[in-house]
Amino acid sequence: MIPIDYFVGLSVLMFVVGIAGVLLRRNALVVFMSLELILNAANLLFVAFAAYYELLAGQLFVFFVMTVAAAEVAVGLALIVEIFRAKKSIDVDQMSSMKG
Amino acid sequence: MNLTDLVTILPLAVLAVWATLLLLVDLWIPKDRKGITAVLAALGLALAMGLSLTRGQQPQQAFGGMVIVDGFAIFLDMIFLVSGLLSIALAHDYLKRMNLARGEYYALLLYAISGMILMTYAYDLIIVFLALELLSIPLYILSGFIRLNSRSEEAALKYFLLGAFSSGLVLYGVALIFGATARTDLPGILAAVQQASANPAMLLVGGALLLVGFSFKSAIVPFHEWVPDVYQGAPSSVTAFMSVGAKAAGFAALMRVFVTAFPTLSADFTPVLWGLSALTMIVGNVIALAQTNLKRLLAYSSIAQAGYLMMAFVPYAQGMVLSDTIAAMLFFLVGYMFTTLGAWAVVIAVEKAEGKGLEMTDYAGLGRRHPWLAAAMTLFMLSFIGVPPTLGFWGKFYLFRTAVEGGFTTLALLGLLASIFSAFYYFRVVVMMFMQTGKAEARRDPWLALTLGITSLGVIGFGLLPGSLLNLALQAVLKLL
Repeated sequence: MIPIDYFVGLSVLMFVVGIAGVLLRRNALVVFMSLELILNAANLLFVAFAAYYELLAGQLFVFFVMTVAAAEVAVGLALIVEIFRAKKSIDVDQMSSMKG
Repeated sequence: MNLTDLVTILPLAVLAVWATLLLLVDLWIPKDRKGITAVLAALGLALAMGLSLTRGQQPQQAFGGMVIVDGFAIFLDMIFLVSGLLSIALAHDYLKRMNLARGEYYALLLYAISGMILMTYAYDLIIVFLALELLSIPLYILSGFIRLNSRSEEAALKYFLLGAFSSGLVLYGVALIFGATARTDLPGILAAVQQASANPAMLLVGGALLLVGFSFKSAIVPFHEWVPDVYQGAPSSVTAFMSVGAKAAGFAALMRVFVTAFPTLSADFTPVLWGLSALTMIVGNVIALAQTNLKRLLAYSSIAQAGYLMMAFVPYAQGMVLSDTIAAMLFFLVGYMFTTLGAWAVVIAVEKAEGKGLEMTDYAGLGRRHPWLAAAMTLFMLSFIGVPPTLGFWGKFYLFRTAVEGGFTTLALLGLLASIFSAFYYFRVVVMMFMQTGKAEARRDPWLALTLGITSLGVIGFGLLPGSLLNLALQAVLKLL
């Protein structure tokens, strides 16, 4: 059996890549993908620990998370498409019409 | 799942089903008569309110301990339902005026409120996450409700990206806590910690991620960057609801999780919470001073108010003052709800189409032309500052008092200084309304007037009789511990 540390290590790596993507990338779509990476890092932890503790609950949580992520994708992509139609760009840095 | 489970969460179930049916019924309601949808939505909220009120305060668990309904939850639910009703009254005329009268608005509002109610019921971290998403996703859509308006869309995208980021942090925190303790139910986590079977580092990081995630939701400095832009870009009726509901829900979840699951981590968290509270009060009030747009001013003011609220969390692990501090938080939230919704009602009355009528100068001369409106705005500003005998004064008084009782005198003094400082920018609005001459115009609408009447009455009425409200809050907390 693969030791739990490997799973945790991979998950933390995915999480850090996701955070870095959100903070550094300027394209809204890439930021969005990084957000999904964070959710999947959490999913990996849930599944790994569910196997480790032999608890089925952890596996079930992943289904919840996947459903929620799908709902988020639906709303997020709709927004991004709408903004792209209006501005022909989804660069987060150009979103600064409000100041103060 | 069995019938008792469903009966336990009946108000929430009714509200969620009602929202779904409303979405369907709305298809048959003609475009120019969306007022019917608004009335139906208000009926749903009233029904949920009645169902919540008729049940006792005895805590009841359901769904295998995943949810709990107790006095704390019911008290907060009342705040959400009342602010939902008031914001429907605010929205009706505003949406028609801004050419936004679409039925989905009300269904989405009901979904968001169901999410907030689920948040107060949550007794398991997975439910906390689900509730967070159920309340956030409708709010993302609502903030982008002015289609083809770049500010509103920008606000929605910003809110969406940062909101999803904060939910991601919360979820990863939950996963880490699950890894550390093999539990996600709140009492189970505490039990695992007490049996020393938990991995302390992972638990601490998980708890910290939860704190950061909810700080985003409740707009705590340094996680507040999105607030002014989103509050400005979103339709004002949505902002009014969001600044009360989303914030209160964030605080509710944080309080429940920290008090039930993490009292043992207080040595690590108390200094952090202290710092967050102080920073939020200072930064919110200082930046608010530079604002000339009323929506942004209220956005920074709401950040500052979150700083005062955060004060209730600092002594969260001291059993002696715990019930007092939670009661003070609940009390403050009631005052914050009335004051905020009232102030936003005035903003909505003065606002014109296409984002006009929101600058401070647009309020010049309001005192002469619309004396009642200006008087109400003055009352809300006084309540925000915390001048007696308004409800805002008592809210701050109880918060500061419990902070002192918990041994955090410096923090209470900081809060007092911040409040005095905040008088500068709140009074600027009052001065503008009464001492400057101008051509301020305001909309006259019976529903708006009703909202203003109820909120003013709340601010003054409870301000004169704070004891009865505090007793209600204390009773609500009693069975929590």
